[in-house]
Amino acid sequence: MAFDSLSEKLQNVFKNLRSKGRLTEDDVKTALKEVKMALLEADVNFRVVKKFIKDVQERAIGQDVMNGLNPGQMVIKIVNEEMVNLMGSETTELSFRPGRELTVIMMAGLQGAGKTTTTAKIAGKLKAKGKKTLLAACDVYRPAAIEQLQINGEKQGVEVFSMGDKNRPSDIAKAAAEHARKNDCNVLIIDTAGRLHVDEEMMEELAEIKEAVDVFQTILVVDAMTGQDAVNVASTFNEKIGIDGVVLTKLDGDTRGGAALSIRAVTGKPILYAGMGEKLSDLEQFYPDRMAGRILGMGDVLTMIEKAQENLDEEKAKELEQKMLKNEFDFDMYLESMSQMKKLGGLSSLMGMMPGMGAKMPEIDTDEAEKSMKRIEAVIHSMTPQERSNPNLLNPGRKNRIAKGAGVDISEVNRLVKQFEQTKKMMKQIPGMGKKKGRRGGFGGMFKGFPM
Amino acid sequence: MSEEGKKKGFFSRLVEGLTKTRDNIVSGIDSVFRGFSKLDDEFYEELEEILIMGDLGVTATEAILDKLKEKVKENHIKEPAECKQLLIDSIREQMQVEQTAYRFEEEKSVVLVIGVNGVGKTTTVGKLAGKLKDQGKKVIIAGADTFRAAAGNQLKEWANRSGVDMIGGAEGADPGAVVYDAAAAAKARNADVLLVDTAGRLHNKKNLMNELGKINRILEKEYPDVYRETLVVLDATTGQNALAQAREFSDVAKISGIVLTKMDGTAKGGIAVAVQSELHVPVKYIGVGETIDDLQKFDADEFVNALFDVQKEGEENHADAG
Repeated sequence: MAFDSLSEKLQNVFKNLRSKGRLTEDDVKTALKEVKMALLEADVNFRVVKKFIKDVQERAIGQDVMNGLNPGQMVIKIVNEEMVNLMGSETTELSFRPGRELTVIMMAGLQGAGKTTTTAKIAGKLKAKGKKTLLAACDVYRPAAIEQLQINGEKQGVEVFSMGDKNRPSDIAKAAAEHARKNDCNVLIIDTAGRLHVDEEMMEELAEIKEAVDVFQTILVVDAMTGQDAVNVASTFNEKIGIDGVVLTKLDGDTRGGAALSIRAVTGKPILYAGMGEKLSDLEQFYPDRMAGRILGMGDVLTMIEKAQENLDEEKAKELEQKMLKNEFDFDMYLESMSQMKKLGGLSSLMGMMPGMGAKMPEIDTDEAEKSMKRIEAVIHSMTPQERSNPNLLNPGRKNRIAKGAGVDISEVNRLVKQFEQTKKMMKQIPGMGKKKGRRGGFGGMFKGFPM
Repeated sequence: MSEEGKKKGFFSRLVEGLTKTRDNIVSGIDSVFRGFSKLDDEFYEELEEILIMGDLGVTATEAILDKLKEKVKENHIKEPAECKQLLIDSIREQMQVEQTAYRFEEEKSVVLVIGVNGVGKTTTVGKLAGKLKDQGKKVIIAGADTFRAAAGNQLKEWANRSGVDMIGGAEGADPGAVVYDAAAAAKARNADVLLVDTAGRLHNKKNLMNELGKINRILEKEYPDVYRETLVVLDATTGQNALAQAREFSDVAKISGIVLTKMDGTAKGGIAVAVQSELHVPVKYIGVGETIDDLQKFDADEFVNALFDVQKEGEENHADAG
């Protein structure tokens, strides 16, 4: 792709420019030309880009270049801030009616956007929050759509209301709402058929449902890979039926997702969730400010940091660090640091979040790396507790037994032991390990110790 | 869904399906060609906007405009109208489909249908089955999407509609095994065409792409002596990511054609031009609706003519035309 790293590209553009204290019109225009291309490559709508660039240009010309930044970086800083302004800096949650009142949520979108899957995913999230949720199968057109919802509902342990495909969707919705009230449900999510925004008849159907059951939240489901047309889709759905929020699906792909910016710009509605995979648990809170970095191709460092904070078990990390300080590094710790890393979503997930790594992923065989991590785990699991805490016990006989237990060649056991020794040595040498560095320091040390 | 117009001719259906597409581009193009009396930077910038708004992407747009400018210079063209004709010609040239593109319909063949999630693979397989069956072919469908809940039943419904056999597997079954069985069945029952529907997979998921590679190899090994067609299904509303999709899928199973679905919306499907110019894989079908007849053979001449219809100039703004 042409824009692996916008920052890199800008660095080249400004190679010959030394910081001149203030951004000139030329600086800004040159930089923004690259930004414009990057945004267009990311599928941000042309008109949105044009307006955005114009706004940034006005703000940027004449600005002081901050210490330590070159003009290109300064422009990027301003671009990023403006994008965050546009996307909104805060996450937005689905809203519900107060108390025990029934909240009706209607899903809408084009064919293939992922409504049915998203419906089931949201149901799972709400269930975890303690809401009693009912799903209504109102896609009476696509073959087996009802069944798809039923199967997914069952997997999530959420009831699915269906009346087959011979009834009007608004009637099904009405009956579902009654059923929900009777059974003390807090939330009813209505799954609807995919439809084109230019299909008057089908759009009317959504309006009918909305009228029939007093929908509280209408959620537009949009494929993150959508191109220039995202603007037409979002604004038409918004004008014709009114939307309250957006779910962006298939963000686990390698699309830059410029549609997010377009949609936000033309509807002003918040993006609530991001679909991150095919598993029913793969629905994440949407962080609009971070999307800016992704659209610009600057990675998503923040997500990585947050994941690290969320998932790392603080106590274990401390314990690990203590042991490291005392140089009691053993195979148990080796295993532990590996499992901590896994909690961060595995290698591929981590690498994908690093700036500039997203596009380069295929070259680094993370699958292989993860596989070899699994084998290492198997080897360590095949050791006795004594062997794990005292690696010196490992004689050829024991190694043979371990290799058999793990189903690997003995050479692999040898390699691991060697790697382990090296890591141990390295741990000793990491400067600052002896001083109190807080847990981020220990964390960094862990990464360095990985057999890759 | 509307069932009307089932017996309409090919061209009228194509035009019908493309009406909105065309109206969008044409109204844009025409306003540009009318609003300018000379070929200056502003004129080209406006052209750039229209092409990019049509999802052709920055790279393809620049290539097209560079070529256009060159020709304009060569032929000493000064009129925007002439320039328009040049633009139409160059895009048409790029989009030409060769005569041999539909060989799989004539010969004993296996058609592997692949693509990311939600582009319309199952629907495309269903429509293709109906079309081939109507031509008197013996068709077998392999339902190798064993992942998505109820995908098998969705395909079964299409198989029933067109009255063809289907070989499927339970949810969670190995898609490779389904394909293996289907190849055996196709041989045993002497089928003319074996259509293989696969699960949607994002092209950056290595495991899933490996699975696809395996399916591909099984077909090569178990059903070697038939004509191979591999169609990648792209959603016309998709932006530049469709390029990456086509690229990655082609690496795993050499694609021989593109099906461009959802052309009945307002998306301009310009990504097809970008894919064509980068990968030289022709668009063979377009999907313009949900009934069996809404899968059309792609015709570059008609496609481009319909996109830039000069005769339509007098009667603008027929949003509901057709």
